[in-house]
Amino acid sequence: MAAVEAAWSDLRALVGAEHMRAAMLEDAVDGVLPQMVIEPGNPEEVARALKIATGAGLQVIPRGGATKMDWGNPPRSGALILSTRRLNRIVEHAWGDMTATVGAGCTFQQLQQTLAEHGQRLALDPLWPDKATIGGILATNDSGPLRIRFGSLRDLIIGITLALPDGTLAKSGGKVVKNVAGYDLPKLATGSLGTLGIITQAIFRLHPVPREIRTLSFSTSDSGSMNALVLAIQDCNMVPTGVQVRAGSSSTPEVDLRFEGTTAGCDAQIEQTLRIASGARRIESPADVWNACSELWSGAEPSVVCKFTLLPADLGTFLNSIRKASESLHWPWRLVAQAVGVGYLRIEGEGTDTGALLSVLQDLRKKLETRGGSLVILRCPLEIKSKTDVWGSAGDALALMRNIKAQFDPTGVLNPGRFIGGI
Amino acid sequence: MEARILGQFRAIVGKGLIAEASELHTYECDGLTNLRVLPQAVLLPTSTGEVQAIVRICQREKIPFVARGSGTGLSGGALPVENGVVISLARMNRILEVDLPNARVVVEPGVINAEVTQRVAPHGYFFAPDPSSQSVCSIGGNVAENSGGAHCLKYGFTATHVMALEVVLPDASIVHLGSRALDRPGYDLPGIFVGSEGTLGIATKVVLRIVKKPAVIQTLLAAFNSTNEAGAAVSGIIGAGMLPAAIEMMDNLAIQAAEASVHAGYPNCGGLLLVELDGPAAEVEHLMDQVGEICTQCGAWEIRVAQSEAERAVVWKGRKAAFAAMGRISPNYIVQDGVIPRTALPKVLSEIERMSAAEGLRVANVFHAGDGNLHPLVLYDGRIPGQEERAMELSINILRLCVKCGGSITGEHGVGEEKKMMMSEMFAEPDLETMQLVRCAFDPQQLSNPGKVFPRTRLCAERTGPYQPHPLEVAGVAQFF
Repeated sequence: MAAVEAAWSDLRALVGAEHMRAAMLEDAVDGVLPQMVIEPGNPEEVARALKIATGAGLQVIPRGGATKMDWGNPPRSGALILSTRRLNRIVEHAWGDMTATVGAGCTFQQLQQTLAEHGQRLALDPLWPDKATIGGILATNDSGPLRIRFGSLRDLIIGITLALPDGTLAKSGGKVVKNVAGYDLPKLATGSLGTLGIITQAIFRLHPVPREIRTLSFSTSDSGSMNALVLAIQDCNMVPTGVQVRAGSSSTPEVDLRFEGTTAGCDAQIEQTLRIASGARRIESPADVWNACSELWSGAEPSVVCKFTLLPADLGTFLNSIRKASESLHWPWRLVAQAVGVGYLRIEGEGTDTGALLSVLQDLRKKLETRGGSLVILRCPLEIKSKTDVWGSAGDALALMRNIKAQFDPTGVLNPGRFIGGI
Repeated sequence: MEARILGQFRAIVGKGLIAEASELHTYECDGLTNLRVLPQAVLLPTSTGEVQAIVRICQREKIPFVARGSGTGLSGGALPVENGVVISLARMNRILEVDLPNARVVVEPGVINAEVTQRVAPHGYFFAPDPSSQSVCSIGGNVAENSGGAHCLKYGFTATHVMALEVVLPDASIVHLGSRALDRPGYDLPGIFVGSEGTLGIATKVVLRIVKKPAVIQTLLAAFNSTNEAGAAVSGIIGAGMLPAAIEMMDNLAIQAAEASVHAGYPNCGGLLLVELDGPAAEVEHLMDQVGEICTQCGAWEIRVAQSEAERAVVWKGRKAAFAAMGRISPNYIVQDGVIPRTALPKVLSEIERMSAAEGLRVANVFHAGDGNLHPLVLYDGRIPGQEERAMELSINILRLCVKCGGSITGEHGVGEEKKMMMSEMFAEPDLETMQLVRCAFDPQQLSNPGKVFPRTRLCAERTGPYQPHPLEVAGVAQFF
């Protein structure tokens, strides 16, 4: 206890009393209420805070904009929330080199606004850009429709600074787009849910803001024709920057397409699309259709929101599986999927027992996993979380993942239990 | 090597065992020919099972092993280690599956890069990473080095195009990293494995992503009086918000060599630019006009646009042959692979010119200008005593210059044996120690390509933290295996 008390006082001395407070109910993570919240002011303070916490055996839950704190398994324990909120500086926008160095606590929107001053952008469209921070987006590997053209974070991040539990502050990668010197820790940290180290800073390659953006949408008669259309679009030599499917229990699948570039380029591709999609009915694109995914997080409760991945050609079959499962149970559902094979599904299970819901989810997960896909439960009643690993199976690589965790965080300080397989 | 162990290896691979000194010489170096080490034996397995059986023996007997593809690497990554064996994947060269609807191809590591594109080209697809050695280099080697090529500016590196891998780990277990679908839950293991230069295990199967061939490809060739003028055009093109498929630059010495070698018909100029745009026809034509205007404004005095596939092939032939062409103008040369922020190009080029003059050695420059990846070729005559050492020193000093300008010591050739000492100039000790935590997780005994990439080896501590079971596991409601 004395060690813990000493650690609190060391942490207070490190970050200043005004940046440390007792945790409140809203700081709880899946029912686990930490004792303190600290907000270090720079990467060095993050590293030193981690060292103090590790020394005293205090588990640390990293937090950025707190938009996705309910993702992952419930933590085994957590004494301290380490917020990166104050690491919100855009360190450098080297617009001539099309790179940017940014603090982990900077919101996506703030970064994007700064980059736009020079006609550039980070070609990513994550959830809740006004609140989500760069560190949190990286830790959860969030991405959106743009990835069909620009890839996901692993293709955009070129450098990282990580604070490790032993107080090491380590850099990897660099400020140039092309660089194969040493192991690619930016990729390892991306999607690691803060279990290896706390991201304090990241460097990205940038893309130009497009000259013109055009969206068109179609309604299809069923899952089969939807999937055929989406595959046909990908099998021709157009270059869409978004191919999205929206579907639900009360509607037939709709497909949204986006093109960016010159007016002539967009026009020609739209013309080509209309030829390919001649069997589908063109509809007016809903306002803000490229943020459709974020709407899956609102509606009647209790609900479950999952991320699923699959091979692009399996999307129609998967849609039919959901429809079949929900029809017998009368659960409303909606999904938004990107044609590359990443989607989000919301099921509203009002008045049903969680056991039946879980069994449907596990059945869907099994179908996906046997074909190389996955189903990760992002938001659900705690009762469901207590009965399954929200991440699904890591396959035969789990031991290797545990080895990596043990090397970076040997005493299990960071986000214990929240990651796959209880990592 | 003990006869007992050779016998065990022979039992696995039969005639795929090479232990005769005269035959081993073929494997004593890779594309970096000035470093040579004779291995104890070379093994040529034909299946994952055979690789696993070999690694099992290596693990038991503590024999270091070096995986080798086609041996075209330029940083000594496949240089054998003393007392070790080479495991050549050349005989595991089958394309196992082509899945066009999902744009995936499954290959064995010995498959040649260009063969993947050849196989899927009739269906309008290609495999994007295109290192200059693509007609001979293997996918396994591309995976080890995270190979790029001229077109990675737009299409990304090997890591972008590897979805999943089957790997034999140094402890001889077989694991599957990643999946055919995107975003497999868990750590991004393909992300860390690709580019690890053979130090984390041996890939025995690779799931690749293929890309639809663009509707139109046009390549513009522009001649400038100097590389500075050409460099200004590059900045102009990028500044106009374009993302070309490739932007390549060659200086006069490189042009002379390419002309002498493959007669690409390049104009004799101070700075030559190749700009390739691809995409929808309407888009490419419009933007190519703009590229031409920018080049003219920056002083280009000759501009040609290759329209047909045959014309493009000729234009690229000179560029892709540039390294080998140096043999036409110099008895010996060293290829370097530095990266700089693109805006530092004029400063770095004039500094290289100064260093070259001071050292009295010619330096030819070939580079992927769009992403700032320089390939300075330091020319020398090995017959003149001391000149090789001076050439080495100059090439290393060029890398130091790249680091000083905020760049990297390697953009695509890897660190390997050649540049491991340079890692300390680019990274601080804690950075290198942290990277090696990954090594310790994959290969605590450091048997897989030991001694490469890092200047000093981190001793892998025993795992101090015992595994803590998750409450779900204790409750028996979830199985973690």
